Amino acid sequence: MTADGCGAPAGGVAASAATGSQAVVEGRVVHDGAAVGTGYARLLGTGDEFVAEVPLGTDGGFRFFAAPGPWTLRILAPGGLRAERAVQADYGQVTTVDVAL
Amino acid sequence: MSRSDVLVDADWAEAHIGDPHVVIVEVDEDTSAYDKGHIPGAVKIDWKKDLQDPVRRDFVDKTGFEALLSERGISNDDTVLLYGGNNNWFAAYAYWYFRLYGHGKVLLLDGGRKKWELDSRELSTDVPSRPKTSYTATEQDRSLRALRDEVIDAIGKRNLVDVRSPDEFAGRLLAPAHLPQEQAQRAGHIPTARNVPWSKAANEDGTFRSDEELRHLYADEAGLDFGKDTIAYCRIGERSAHTWFVLHELLEQPNVKNYDGSWTEYGSLVGVPIELGEAR
Repeated sequence: MTADGCGAPAGGVAASAATGSQAVVEGRVVHDGAAVGTGYARLLGTGDEFVAEVPLGTDGGFRFFAAPGPWTLRILAPGGLRAERAVQADYGQVTTVDVAL
Repeated sequence: MSRSDVLVDADWAEAHIGDPHVVIVEVDEDTSAYDKGHIPGAVKIDWKKDLQDPVRRDFVDKTGFEALLSERGISNDDTVLLYGGNNNWFAAYAYWYFRLYGHGKVLLLDGGRKKWELDSRELSTDVPSRPKTSYTATEQDRSLRALRDEVIDAIGKRNLVDVRSPDEFAGRLLAPAHLPQEQAQRAGHIPTARNVPWSKAANEDGTFRSDEELRHLYADEAGLDFGKDTIAYCRIGERSAHTWFVLHELLEQPNVKNYDGSWTEYGSLVGVPIELGEAR
């Protein structure tokens, strides 16, 4: 998907679309050892301010292109499953956060 | 119009699956979501392929909208229930189209695809077959749509609501944080615009906040003067369609327009004023 729309495809925009200057936050979500293919990854700023959301890919994957700085990653999945992780994004870095629910 | 006239919950949608007078329509940018599974009986509309002009930057004209709805098997007297991913951004955008082209009864599913999925409700991969219709649209209702000159003229006079994220508003990002940031437009916002990110109008599950919370958000927190006309914008006009829906349909503000050219147009115009920095 090109950036002419604003939506997030499942799993996030492909990494090949990113340049080395991006501050990428990505990872996979699993539950009981299996990928969580239905659910949402939310990126929150200070004070839980919503920044972005990506539906999880079939492999449980997600990817954000954030501004550099500290973020909170929140995962929502059916059955009331949820998790939260603190994450630091930096330009030129791919920060990987794998989450087990 | 009030909330109950334009917004229904998932129980209502479930009860109307198979109702011959209700057409459920999923609207997405990424239509692989529909292909993976959709509300049983729902037809799909592709935000880009179906709703945008394929050549120039504009949306489908009256004839194109009529052809689309006829092909999807939607009649003028059908109730259309829209839902979609991305917290209903594209469904709200399509809802705005249905209003622009004068459809009689159109509804939005509160929470859209997200709440439906999080509730573990049934999804189907069966694609329904609906007989073609002869849909007739009205001329575009221009009282709902703002074009660039009107937006420039509104600076300092009307409410301008920038519904993008604070980082986009301030000029630190050019697109939402789930997209690469390589675009060429200038960053920032339209002078005098208030920043009320669309997400503040929604709960975590994608449903809209209560009317009371929404009124407090726009009038008290953001300082919008409800006595003035309002133009909402974002980057390409779909997140601002979500806010247009809140202000015009839920809060029943009479003169609210969506600027679908939004920042990808405004931020590329030569010579127009731009502000950088945080919301005041």
